[in-house]
Amino acid sequence: MSFLEYAPAPESRAILSLRDSYGLFIDGEFVDGRGTPFQSISPASEEKIATIANANAADVDDAVAAARRAHDRVWSRMSGRDRGKYLFRIARLIQERARELAVAESLDNGKPIKESRDVDVPLVAAWFFYYAGWADKLDYAGLGASPKALGVAAQVIPWNFPLLMLAWKIAPALAAGNTVVLKPAETTPLTALIFAEIVQQADLPPGVVNIITGAGDTGAALVGHGDVDKVAFTGSTAVGRAIAKQVAGTHKKVTLELGGKAANIVFDDAPIDQAIEGIVNGIFFNQGHVCCAGSRLLVQESIHDEVVERLKTRLSTLRLGDPLDKNTDIGAINSREQLDRIRELSDAGVAEGADRWSAPCEIPENGFWYAPTIFTNVQTSNRIAREEIFGPVLSVLTFRTPQEAIAKANNTPYGLSAGIWTDKGSRILAVADQLRAGVVWANTFNRFDPSSPFGGYKESGYGREGGRHGLGAYLAPASVTRAGRPAPRAVEAASAASAAAADEKPARRTRRTTKPAKKGAAK
Amino acid sequence: MSGTSLVTARERALAVLGGEPDDATLRRYLHGIAGVDAVGLEQRAAGLGTRSIKTSSKKWALDRIISLVDLTTLEGADTPGKVRSLVAKAMNPDPADATTPRVAAVCVYGDMVPYAVDALGSVHGDPDDGLISVAAVATAFPSGRSSLEIKLADTAEAVANGADEIDMVIDRGAFLAGRYGLVFDQIAAVKEACRRPDGTSASLKVILETGELVTYDNVRRASWLSILAGGDFIKTSTGKVQPAATLPVTLLMLEVVRDWHLMTGQRIGVKPAGGIRASKDAIKYLVTVAETVGEEWLQPHLFRFGASSLLNDVLLQRQKMASGHYSGADYVTID
Repeated sequence: MSFLEYAPAPESRAILSLRDSYGLFIDGEFVDGRGTPFQSISPASEEKIATIANANAADVDDAVAAARRAHDRVWSRMSGRDRGKYLFRIARLIQERARELAVAESLDNGKPIKESRDVDVPLVAAWFFYYAGWADKLDYAGLGASPKALGVAAQVIPWNFPLLMLAWKIAPALAAGNTVVLKPAETTPLTALIFAEIVQQADLPPGVVNIITGAGDTGAALVGHGDVDKVAFTGSTAVGRAIAKQVAGTHKKVTLELGGKAANIVFDDAPIDQAIEGIVNGIFFNQGHVCCAGSRLLVQESIHDEVVERLKTRLSTLRLGDPLDKNTDIGAINSREQLDRIRELSDAGVAEGADRWSAPCEIPENGFWYAPTIFTNVQTSNRIAREEIFGPVLSVLTFRTPQEAIAKANNTPYGLSAGIWTDKGSRILAVADQLRAGVVWANTFNRFDPSSPFGGYKESGYGREGGRHGLGAYLAPASVTRAGRPAPRAVEAASAASAAAADEKPARRTRRTTKPAKKGAAK
Repeated sequence: MSGTSLVTARERALAVLGGEPDDATLRRYLHGIAGVDAVGLEQRAAGLGTRSIKTSSKKWALDRIISLVDLTTLEGADTPGKVRSLVAKAMNPDPADATTPRVAAVCVYGDMVPYAVDALGSVHGDPDDGLISVAAVATAFPSGRSSLEIKLADTAEAVANGADEIDMVIDRGAFLAGRYGLVFDQIAAVKEACRRPDGTSASLKVILETGELVTYDNVRRASWLSILAGGDFIKTSTGKVQPAATLPVTLLMLEVVRDWHLMTGQRIGVKPAGGIRASKDAIKYLVTVAETVGEEWLQPHLFRFGASSLLNDVLLQRQKMASGHYSGADYVTID
């Protein structure tokens, strides 16, 4: 028997109690959608997981109206301290239900359980804990005293980190006093719906968080809704561009976090074993479904052969298979559509003359899979060096000098992230200074922390998420709000009261206008 | 067992270094090796530690751990009686289960070697043949602070008494002072002292005492230095200094062994020692070995655990796998 053929170690699905069908989460309740429901499937086996409601324009109206009511009547009037209590409570509930969330995420998305368990879910809790702490300290967010929430936030998130992207969107929005309507991706709605249950469990006031499911048209209806004050989108550059056009000329504030084609730059003095790990983690983490993935390896020509050789050896030890097995390193591709795109671009790479090498691994019969793949002999003009593949495919290019590395790294329409590998501290600083990327990792890759802002240059979008900067995307300086933006109000009855309340400084407010966080909050 | 002959080791070192193994040449070579990023190394080790080894894999792993153990007693209070008790445990780890494998070796101080050899009797021999080796610590263990003459005499005596393996310590003071040539020469001389009159040689394990070298860059350089000078095994620690064996340090040493094998084709052993007490931790080491240098390293001539209390925990786990329930400390024997 070979020890390396580890016996199956599947995480149990027994902890999940899924319903057959899920409705829309509007105003604190699950309600039926008025569009045609759709199925969510497991990309690893193509088995059906649940039937998901589809929100049409009328459902979007309801959700936005609920969010508006909750904002004007409850959430914007609540003290930051009380909002923080709710967020802390949500964070703790996420920790309590961590295993369940991890299993659901791996089932629905196809990512390995070791990643959903050790990366996604812990970061989700960390994000809520971090922004819970900000809720009563908005005066220090960098916008002057008493900044104001924007109002109702429309949030549309992708399928690669379903629950983590939800946390990135909801936690800062709520801390700043906004209410939200969030639409998860149609292939990965499951954890957002479990999160809706957590919202109920936390006794969050109805309407503060609304989750509507559906496809692109639902998202477009939400983003285009007249009573939305803020749009936050993570996803493809094409959709981001459409959203930017859609909201241009309106009062809506926008943050977009879009695609990337990050350069991972390896100098000849790099700590080589760790660099190999970093390259692997950079592009094969989450099957390469990462907007900031290090998909372009820029390696100094003098060590190119050694790095590629070591990389191939290392990739041969990766385990592809059942996402719920605790020893799986590479899970399933999220959808057939995405798999087709990876194949198309990969074939284009071969056609353009690059050399393709795929790790030897058995591909399961059902589901969507793509073996970890490296392209060598790639030229900067090749499609696989230009376009975002969003899959486990690495393009290896070379450089001779630091100047050439910087020039090649910046020669992309994107600018989300980059990595630098060298033992020389001064070189890290000098190169990082000249890279046009929102995040630059030094001797590591794909590390995230709620206190660190994340976002891109150029076609990678605008605005930052995370840290104080991420909070700023959901706030306006007090004076701007007073000057009076022409905010269309759906709930006229509440507008007078809320305008008066909005002018009141939250820091000075002592009277609670809603029931405070109650028992269980301090558990 | 026989280690590499000294002549080939020295010739190989000269070829690799491109010159005499003096301070300057060694420094140029050792400092030219890529550095180690501590955060990345520890992250990788932690990742390997999350492998989930269950059912049939766990069963195999537990038996393999036992057969890789150097069952050790290194106390000032060691007596012939204590050594006989240790040997009895080594030969028959679990009296209630005859299918339990034997350990690879017993590890004792040099003056205890005759008692160990005597107690082993016909079971004394190569672990590949299902027998048990005798390993002796030497060279003014654990500090290594004495003259070379004494270290060599210490080694020669243990070999003459029947030790199959010598666990020597490097001169950490000399290493930290940058006197790589001195460390090299001492290892090479001890290697020479491992020779027996019949031309065979005791296997040489070189203890780096990583807890005193402190940085990963030092550990990597000391590993290369020890292998260049002719060590058959590189070993983390004496067990007398904290921290002793850690997973990141062992991973790093395995990476050196892997690179050396790629370069020369020669297989060097690795022995983490000190601080590995639980089966769960030992399994992490097996995973790290298998995924770094390959499964073929999981054999007594290429990987050992220096441990004493680990054995009983593995036996308890083994009993649990057989019976389905945990027993207790009184269901395994103290040695």
